[in-house]
Amino acid sequence: MNPVNYLYLAALLFTIGATGVLIRRNAIVVFMCIELMLNACNLAFVAFSRMHGNLDGQIIAFFTMVVAAAEVVVGLAIIVSLFRSRHSASVDDASLMKL
Amino acid sequence: MSAPLQLAASTTSTGEAFQFWVLGTVAVIGALCTVFMKKAVHSALCLAGTMIILAVFYLANGAYFLGVVQIVVYTGAIMMLFLFVVMLVGVTAADSLKETIKGQRWLALLCGVGFGVLLLAGLGNASLHQFNGLGQANSGGNVEGLATLIFTKYVFAFEITGALLITAAVGAMVLTHRERTERALTQRELAEKRVREGKHVPPLPAPGVYARHNAVDIAGLLPDGTPSELTVSKTLRDRGQIRDVSTEALNDLKALEQRAEERLERTEIEPATFKREASK
Amino acid sequence: MENLIALLIAAPLLGAAVLLTGGRRLDAVGHWIGTLLAGASFVFGAILFADLLGKDAEHRTLTQHLWSWIPVEGFQADVTFRLDQLSMTFVLLITGVGSLIHLYSIGYMEHDERRRRFFGYLNLFLAAMLLLVLADNYLLLYVGWEGVGLASYLLIGFWQHKPSAATAAKKAFLVNRVGDMGLSIAIMLMFTTFGTFAFGPVLGSHEKPGLVTGASEATLTGIALMLLLAACGKSAQVPLQSWLGDAMEGPTPVSALIHAATMVTAGVYLIVRSANIFNLAPDAQLVVTVVGAVTLLFGAIVGCAKDDIKKALAGSTMSQIGYMVLAAGLGPIGYVFAIMHLVTHGFFKAGLFLGAGSVMHGMNDEVDMRKYGGLRKYMPVTFVTFGLGYLAIIGFPGLSGFFSKDKIIEAAFAKGGTEGWILGACALLGAAITAFYMTRVMLMTFFGEERWRRSETPSPAEPSVEPAAETHGEHAEPHPHESPRSMTIPMIVLAFGSVFAGGFFSIGDRFLHWLEPVTGHSHGDAPISAATVTAATVTVMVVGVTIAWLQYGRRPVPVVAPRGSLLTRAARRDLLQDDFNHVVLVRGGEHLTRSLVYVDHTLVDGVVNGTAASVGGLSGRMRKLQNGFARSYAVSMFGGAAILVAATLLMRAV
Repeated sequence: MNPVNYLYLAALLFTIGATGVLIRRNAIVVFMCIELMLNACNLAFVAFSRMHGNLDGQIIAFFTMVVAAAEVVVGLAIIVSLFRSRHSASVDDASLMKL
Repeated sequence: MSAPLQLAASTTSTGEAFQFWVLGTVAVIGALCTVFMKKAVHSALCLAGTMIILAVFYLANGAYFLGVVQIVVYTGAIMMLFLFVVMLVGVTAADSLKETIKGQRWLALLCGVGFGVLLLAGLGNASLHQFNGLGQANSGGNVEGLATLIFTKYVFAFEITGALLITAAVGAMVLTHRERTERALTQRELAEKRVREGKHVPPLPAPGVYARHNAVDIAGLLPDGTPSELTVSKTLRDRGQIRDVSTEALNDLKALEQRAEERLERTEIEPATFKREASK
Repeated sequence: MENLIALLIAAPLLGAAVLLTGGRRLDAVGHWIGTLLAGASFVFGAILFADLLGKDAEHRTLTQHLWSWIPVEGFQADVTFRLDQLSMTFVLLITGVGSLIHLYSIGYMEHDERRRRFFGYLNLFLAAMLLLVLADNYLLLYVGWEGVGLASYLLIGFWQHKPSAATAAKKAFLVNRVGDMGLSIAIMLMFTTFGTFAFGPVLGSHEKPGLVTGASEATLTGIALMLLLAACGKSAQVPLQSWLGDAMEGPTPVSALIHAATMVTAGVYLIVRSANIFNLAPDAQLVVTVVGAVTLLFGAIVGCAKDDIKKALAGSTMSQIGYMVLAAGLGPIGYVFAIMHLVTHGFFKAGLFLGAGSVMHGMNDEVDMRKYGGLRKYMPVTFVTFGLGYLAIIGFPGLSGFFSKDKIIEAAFAKGGTEGWILGACALLGAAITAFYMTRVMLMTFFGEERWRRSETPSPAEPSVEPAAETHGEHAEPHPHESPRSMTIPMIVLAFGSVFAGGFFSIGDRFLHWLEPVTGHSHGDAPISAATVTAATVTVMVVGVTIAWLQYGRRPVPVVAPRGSLLTRAARRDLLQDDFNHVVLVRGGEHLTRSLVYVDHTLVDGVVNGTAASVGGLSGRMRKLQNGFARSYAVSMFGGAAILVAATLLMRAV
């Protein structure tokens, strides 16, 4: 097997995650899909790291994880306070940005 | 471990290929389930599965440290956080998958498919057949290698990430924290307030239909058989998690009455009159 | 002595201020205040004149610096007065004739309830005109220039209750504005070229020209032509002549003072004052002579056809100023004679106008000469003074006009070459026509039958009644009578001037020696001798008089004007000047503005509104994209990302 398959898998997972972001209304699920996309990227980074024979890709993946953790903390806090004020976790309910 | 030898080659061992195809399929299925499960908790579980598989792939790709971190941080911490929030928001609430924005689903699918095809085509076109393998890079140990890089080349990024994490923690606290602006009323004070207002001098009615159900999420029935939301706690009311058993209860009652009637040979009570009186 | 110069202006200015702000309290004495202050100004002028006479010819320039008007670095304008021989001449003419006309107006305006205001305006005019001729720089001159324009406007429209007077005032003001534009452009050109517009540095003296020598001929020609435009506006020269005829709507003393003797000659003053500019711009000088020649014929022809006595005199004024402009355009040959004719013309034309006013005064303000006739018996003083003015203007040998006009005609011939012949011929022809129309005025007014009597009271004894007279039936029959003393005295004084001024100036070349230090003089090379020219002038004068006598003296004058030839009819309409202006300027302007409005509405507004509408429509549609759903925005972002990937791949593939 060619290790490039890991990249194909990463692309597939990324696309699935992106589509999920667009389709789902529940903010938590949308968030999960974003995590999926980040994980797909990490997989690609790890595969590239192996491809180039150095550890920089893994470092980037590591940073991605840290940033994702921070993002999840803030994002979930936003979702919780949103739910508290609106009693709904639907992203469509927060549509006050239209005219 | 024979990994360094294998990783140096441009192709992988049969074992790894087998592992890739089996676990890869499961990962894709898990991702799809994440997107298409109706309940958020199911989505979260599927995502956790996918992440564990990804951790395995990291290990297979020589990223031992990341593989472990993936399991500990992602599946362990982040996914638990997700589940925690899902529980807060309501674990039983199922989302409708019906699209409300016109054309959104088709546009999303079009974009997704187009993007995926482009990405895969781009990868296929790229000359990515040369895999150097991590044998040399991992020779001093994967964790040591990463540590060397993090604390030398990437030390500023690392420090900034630390600052980011602290900021995120503080931000989350600020966002979710609600300062209590007044002292909570004691039970006595609440009782006095009730008497002063004269609305609900006795305690609120309890939930449940006695002799049938006594769960807290089942609203008690009014004399005309409609459920009274007042009997259910406010949290469940807000989540919309009230179970309505009024029809079953009424049917049961009707059957009971019929049986009693047959047994006692009584005349029929006009339900309509009864209902009208009750509604007044 | 210099300090008196400011008083020259201050006296009438004080009069204007007092009279215009004093209110009704001054109604009883206002006219005396005005006349007194005008007279005071004349006395100051006379004292200054005596002072100047006592000095050498070289030291006859007095300046008085009052204050710095615009003390900006690089733009210095001072209120400084300059009194030299040229200014002195004008000061005497303005204050002298002005005082006489003030005196005359006391009688003429006796029955006008707004007489005080009239005198206020007259004083204002005197102040402005004196400022004009005494200014030491062009900017101050411009102030006076606008001041006389204002006074002229106010006085033409003095009887503003008459729509014709109001319109005439407006017309005069507007036409003058064109000329004023020329003056302001000339001043700006001067400032950009020389950095200053004071007479001293710019012009220098005629022996030693100032900064003008340093400028290119093209610039000087531009400045000179702009000055000429200004002169055309103020002096009613072709093509800005159209206002003068209508200006006769004003009271007759105004016509005499402003629109005959003084203000309309300001253009001539401007040209002569700017002699050093014109001397270095021969092309502009040629234009000046052409304008002068055309105007002198134009005015003369118009004068022949008018039945309104004042309009006939207005045509004559135009024509005589044409002579002056022609002379001024001839350069050093003619400057002195232009001013000399200006002065003598000031006397006899003012006298003629005052005479006309006197006639009107006695004839119930009738101005149609065809309703005059035989008035010499009824107003002998007017007849004699008017007659002397008449003889002066036609150039009867020995009288003022003879000397000054003869000199101009000589100078025109002395210009030399073909130009000289053509200009001289024009001037001679003008002299003949002048003799003709002035004789016509004289005959129709003072000789012949008493048509006013016939026309107003038809009696069976006089069978040749004109039916058209019926239209004037509501008028009482006029009782021609001599005017009061206050009116006749100025006429007599002016008649003296008309008779003797020319001779006084010419004998021994007094005027030439007086003015030469300022304007310079050269004799030119006359192709024919002065005696020949004089003989020719007298001959054409006699011819003109004879023709007029044949037409108007021998035959009775019809009360209703005959239809006349094409030329006559055109001349009655001021040689179609208003029609020309109307067709070319008014219509042209209307069409221009209409087309501009059309372009503005369709093209400019179309573009602007179209842009706005399309942007509005586009935004209205774009707005629908903003549905507020975060997921929709996410789709567009994702689509954009897909396009970027596609673009990247494509670029790599290419």
